[in-house]
Amino acid sequence: MLTIDTQIENTHHILTPSGEIDASNSVQLDESIRHLSESGAKSILVDGTQIDYISSAGLGVFMSYLEDFQEKGVSLKIFGLKPRVYEVFQILGLDQLISIFPDKESALAQ
Amino acid sequence: MKQKIQLSCQTSALAELRRFLEQQLEPTSLSERDRHQVTLAVEEVCANLIIHSHKCNGRDHIFLSMNDLPDRIVFEIEDQGEAFNLLQYEAPDIQRVISEKRKGGLGIILVKKIMDEIQFESHQGTNTCRLIKFFQS
Repeated sequence: MLTIDTQIENTHHILTPSGEIDASNSVQLDESIRHLSESGAKSILVDGTQIDYISSAGLGVFMSYLEDFQEKGVSLKIFGLKPRVYEVFQILGLDQLISIFPDKESALAQ
Repeated sequence: MKQKIQLSCQTSALAELRRFLEQQLEPTSLSERDRHQVTLAVEEVCANLIIHSHKCNGRDHIFLSMNDLPDRIVFEIEDQGEAFNLLQYEAPDIQRVISEKRKGGLGIILVKKIMDEIQFESHQGTNTCRLIKFFQS
């Protein structure tokens, strides 16, 4: 079960997925990010505090935007991941490719 | 003790698979971190079969058994679809995943990094993928 909430704070678009992200629902995450990107968002923050689980289907969604966002100057940051979820990013070395922060404050500060 | 589950080949069965694994892995000697990672690896293999070998046909099934042994846990995933030998699949490197904007391929890397041993055999139309995790001594 996955729900995705979006909010705007100043110039930042904050996306909050809640639940488990797997191959059955990663398309929801994809659509939410694509929608923000198409509507001209320049700063997308993913609040990871409510993500209980992520499989490669979800990780692949983040990966698929990396180049496009770099070209378009869109900033994508993830914050507040639970340790066991963060470890999955680490296994693949994605923590070196995606900007991941411990909390919202540190994500906004950079 | 050997525990079994039969899954319908639909991605909605993945949540059911996770609940089964959570329940079965809880009393084992694996740490919470390893339980989470092993669940992910088993799910990646099952998701791969469901999506690629069985094209999400809900009438097809895959069978998973988990055997909790003194020094290791052995998962056996059986199906009768098109054989997919994980061991022969060359996992893409991360840079290629990024530049080709592909959303697949990462799962196989995860399975290979998380599990200690992977075995595959195909016999009379039944494919068996065995994933083994040893307990840390």
